[in-house]
Amino acid sequence: MHNAWNRLKMDIAKHRYLYLMALPVLAYYIIFCYLPIYGAQIAFKNFVPGLGILGSPWAGLTHFKAFFGSVYFGRILGNTLLISFYSLIFSFPMPIILALLLNEVKSKWFKSTVQTLSYLPHFISLVVVCSIIREFTASGGAINQIIRLLGGTPRTMLLVPELFRPIYIISEIWQEIGWGSIIYLAALSGIDPTYYDAAVVDGAGRWRRMWNVTLPGIMPTIVILLILRLGQVMSVGFEKIILLYSPSIYETADVISSFVYRKGLLEQGYSYSAAVGLFNSVINFVLVVTANTISRRVNETSLW
Amino acid sequence: MVEEKSISSRAFDIFNICLLSLLALLTLYPFLYVLFASVSNPTAFMKGDFVLLWRPLGFQVESYRFVFRNRMIMTGFSNSVFYLFAGTAISMVLTFLGAYVLSRSGYLLKKPLTMLIMFTMYFSGGMVPTFLTVKSLGMLDSIWAILIPSALSTYNMIVLRTAFSGIPKSLEESARIDGANDFTILFRIMAPLSLPTIAVIGLFYAVGRWNAWFNAVIYLRDRGLYPLQLVLREILITSNADYMAQAGSSLELTALGELIKYATIIVATTPILVVYPFIQRYFVKGMMIGAVKE
Repeated sequence: MHNAWNRLKMDIAKHRYLYLMALPVLAYYIIFCYLPIYGAQIAFKNFVPGLGILGSPWAGLTHFKAFFGSVYFGRILGNTLLISFYSLIFSFPMPIILALLLNEVKSKWFKSTVQTLSYLPHFISLVVVCSIIREFTASGGAINQIIRLLGGTPRTMLLVPELFRPIYIISEIWQEIGWGSIIYLAALSGIDPTYYDAAVVDGAGRWRRMWNVTLPGIMPTIVILLILRLGQVMSVGFEKIILLYSPSIYETADVISSFVYRKGLLEQGYSYSAAVGLFNSVINFVLVVTANTISRRVNETSLW
Repeated sequence: MVEEKSISSRAFDIFNICLLSLLALLTLYPFLYVLFASVSNPTAFMKGDFVLLWRPLGFQVESYRFVFRNRMIMTGFSNSVFYLFAGTAISMVLTFLGAYVLSRSGYLLKKPLTMLIMFTMYFSGGMVPTFLTVKSLGMLDSIWAILIPSALSTYNMIVLRTAFSGIPKSLEESARIDGANDFTILFRIMAPLSLPTIAVIGLFYAVGRWNAWFNAVIYLRDRGLYPLQLVLREILITSNADYMAQAGSSLELTALGELIKYATIIVATTPILVVYPFIQRYFVKGMMIGAVKE
């Protein structure tokens, strides 16, 4: 022990500038990442603000039991998984399709115009995007104008529970389709052009080339992104949810993260909400580590 | 690719161009609608006897006058500009230092340090413990709560570390012989040789700072410190009544209230729209760096 300490001291003396540089970064991670991890112990306590994290009395698994036994458990778990699942089915393939279509465009000018336009929504803040969604789905909004034209009855769509998921997913596609396609376009540019020439010689038309050359060429990228995405099925971001939902649609819109925010920070149920958050963090950890391990294996085998 | 002129190939091209044009239109149209609505005549707009807007209904800029006269929006705007520059500067300094330290080798604590940092990409203490930590540091309701707690993006740091690692060792060695220390090597050799990556990371941070709102929701009470996005949320989403009352109570003014929302969206989005054409290729480059080297 003493020996190791001396070695470290010598190492620090030798690389003193390097350690000096590491200091603020280390401090950042300890304070803003590891103190909260240490503080997550309030999930097993009855947190009393006056007593602090250490002084608050232990409560064992009370909060976890309360959560698993409550009606919320099934609801927010189900909503989180459903939104992830729909997003996987509907949003995930869209950038791939866009990249394939862009790849077939011959006019450089047209291609780059479409690309530039399609990336744009990604940079607009969620607050602005969600307020546009709210205005458009309001009873007098743009979408209801079309519905009225088609003979339907206009209504405030964000107050209808069944419409929340479609609105969430469609707006997600609108905002991210272009940005998501970049990575596939990068993969496309790496396909050896001689494959195409060979396919043409074999008499393959454009559909055949798309199916038999282009798509297999970007398949490794698709598989890896799909696996990484699967690792995130339990983490649906709360920001967009909070900006769109309201009590009347909690039954379909409330997810784990928005629930943690509401119970914890709005209603000050610190310990209960920390327990829900910890439950989610642990599951996410397992999922992400598994997904990364699998993707690394797939990556190696499919590359060589 | 070989040129061909078969009918099916032509048909495919036409179909493809139409589809992509439709996509471009669908991307752009919401912004156009908001723009047209914001300058429309309030009474004509409220009557609502139109299907989608293809041009403004009449013309007025009164709605914009309300936006620019609104104190909260103007304070929010200048706060956001401050958070953007100060925040990005802090983020960049931390990212530089971290990326440099992680790109070096041969010091004793490299492995534990790397593991300590990587672990945080997979596991976090959660929203409530993070809030309690920031609170216990006495940062609540100060600009520091906005600037510091989410300053460092591990992902960006790793991207920059990758760029640093790609710089030939010989440059560093010859600098060391000339008596350069780590600070000199970082700022005189590594940084100038990684400018494209640095530009991309800086832009990512800047856009993130400009668009951030949630940390302000939980850490700030003092409305004088609110960033623009949070002010927008109050006006556009929480739709507070006093804002409407400020516009007036007659029917025409209520109608104007609706248009003020659209004008607010335009004012808030314009800065990004103006810079966007110039910086979008950097972002694309950044995505590529992240994608290829991760």
